[in-house]
Amino acid sequence: MPLNLTEHERAIAAGIEGEAASMAMRLLAGMGELLGATRLIPVVSAHIDGAVYHGDSGVHFGERLVAGAGKVAVPTTLNVGGLDLVNHTVRQTKHGYDMALRLMRAYETMGCRPTWTCAPYQAGHRPKLGEQVAWGESNAVAFCNSVLGARTNRYGDFLDICCAILARVPDYGLHRDENRIARVLVDVTALSDRLKSLDVLYPVLGYWYGQAIGGDVGVIDGLPADMSEDRLKSFGAAAASSGAVGLFHIAGVTPEAPTLDAAFAGHKPETIIKLDPADLRAIRDKLSTTTADAIDAVALGSPHFSNEEFAQLEALLGDRKVAIPFFVCTGRAVVQRLEEEGRFARLRASGITIVADTCVVVAPILPEKTGVLMTNSGKFAHYTPSNTGYGVIYGSLEDCVASAMTGRVMRDERIWS
Amino acid sequence: MSKARATNLRGKVQIAGEAEGTVLKLRKPISFWGGVDQKSGRIADPRHPDHPASVAGTILVLPGMIGSSSSSFVLAELMMDGNAPAALILPEPDAILPLGVMVAAEMGWGSIPVLLLPIEQHAALETGMRVRIANDGAIAPA
Repeated sequence: MPLNLTEHERAIAAGIEGEAASMAMRLLAGMGELLGATRLIPVVSAHIDGAVYHGDSGVHFGERLVAGAGKVAVPTTLNVGGLDLVNHTVRQTKHGYDMALRLMRAYETMGCRPTWTCAPYQAGHRPKLGEQVAWGESNAVAFCNSVLGARTNRYGDFLDICCAILARVPDYGLHRDENRIARVLVDVTALSDRLKSLDVLYPVLGYWYGQAIGGDVGVIDGLPADMSEDRLKSFGAAAASSGAVGLFHIAGVTPEAPTLDAAFAGHKPETIIKLDPADLRAIRDKLSTTTADAIDAVALGSPHFSNEEFAQLEALLGDRKVAIPFFVCTGRAVVQRLEEEGRFARLRASGITIVADTCVVVAPILPEKTGVLMTNSGKFAHYTPSNTGYGVIYGSLEDCVASAMTGRVMRDERIWS
Repeated sequence: MSKARATNLRGKVQIAGEAEGTVLKLRKPISFWGGVDQKSGRIADPRHPDHPASVAGTILVLPGMIGSSSSSFVLAELMMDGNAPAALILPEPDAILPLGVMVAAEMGWGSIPVLLLPIEQHAALETGMRVRIANDGAIAPA
């Protein structure tokens, strides 16, 4: 069945709401057709990943929309940009700086909120259970679908802003009930209570989950009901890095899985995957690309560090000062809170560089072309080697802080044995 | 000899267009994002078996697509600079690369045909063959 546009939608394509809306409608309808959607449906919010500078074509596209009077029609937040406009930690070429800034300004001009964070859910953008939205960026999509229970596919470059301008999406994929039902049962009941009580488990578990499930929808059985939002965030980000995970369920934790039965909507699992805890050590090792015993830098905050994570970091640091470059990436909303509470200056005094609006794997921030980076983020561990040239070592937040005091790798290996 | 094998092939049209060029048939799926250099069109991933061939100007035959939605951006960037393939032949429907083509067309950077051809029929196409693609999806020796 072909995509059916309403009379009004056809009029938008013909230009009744201006050039930008017309181009957006032609692109959205073209994509909807290819994806097999039969109609467009309304959305209530959007989160845009298309405003980070990778090359000039994106800038020209954004500016074309601005020239055509493009305005977002729903509340819209912005994912990271290519520059840090708060603390100026990015070292760009003149051309790169100018283009990255033009791109950021183009999206702001269209009415997007300058949140500049990959964790918009930490900046007040939290659509409700069952609401249809158009979000981009893999961790944000996984969190939005899984933890908030709002409904989105992964809207990437070019398409995200078209959806926001039109307040519409093609009706396919995770917008539809039948595609949100779990098909795979993922049994992690063999995990020890000790491991489940540690933050360091969740990125590793997410990385394992993404590899095991690929693009399928699964429900996990065997995790504690009081799983914190930061653990859900780090799990989902790692899962969406190693697999095409747009939606996961955790029985007793996420809103569409109050019980296992609810997640399966009365169906039987098509597949059952059982975690052998002995495999976790191998997955943890896979998150590191080097066995070096010295590091050149630490980076935290992918997805962007939350206020609670900063509190953990501050408690671990105490009055000590780090001996190597130590980057923490976060959104400007969190930076503002740190400043208001007098914490920003103390972190700076401890040698911490706070990166706002962007992060170390999408913008040139790290001091050298090669080196070894330590992180507690599964997502940073995944993208650091290809995007920065650094080798990477994965460890807990405690490991990262301890190692940063001397530059020697300190890892508590007992956790995984 | 191999020329004859390309006759009577017809792809399903995802994006219509005419093209002529030399086939580059990739031996493994690729993500344009991270896999193809957006400036030159060279295959940048050293782990890919066709590294460091260039996709620019080729009739690019892909056994599959992997990875990021940012691949549409990479293709649009290649089209803007004139370094895109002359045509894409995909084994199954994919929305990411056609989006790059549609955006390029809207921006005035030209267009290229995108065809679907079941993977079983890819055997008729070999790297180095010259072929011509017609508006209706016919793939013929050139």
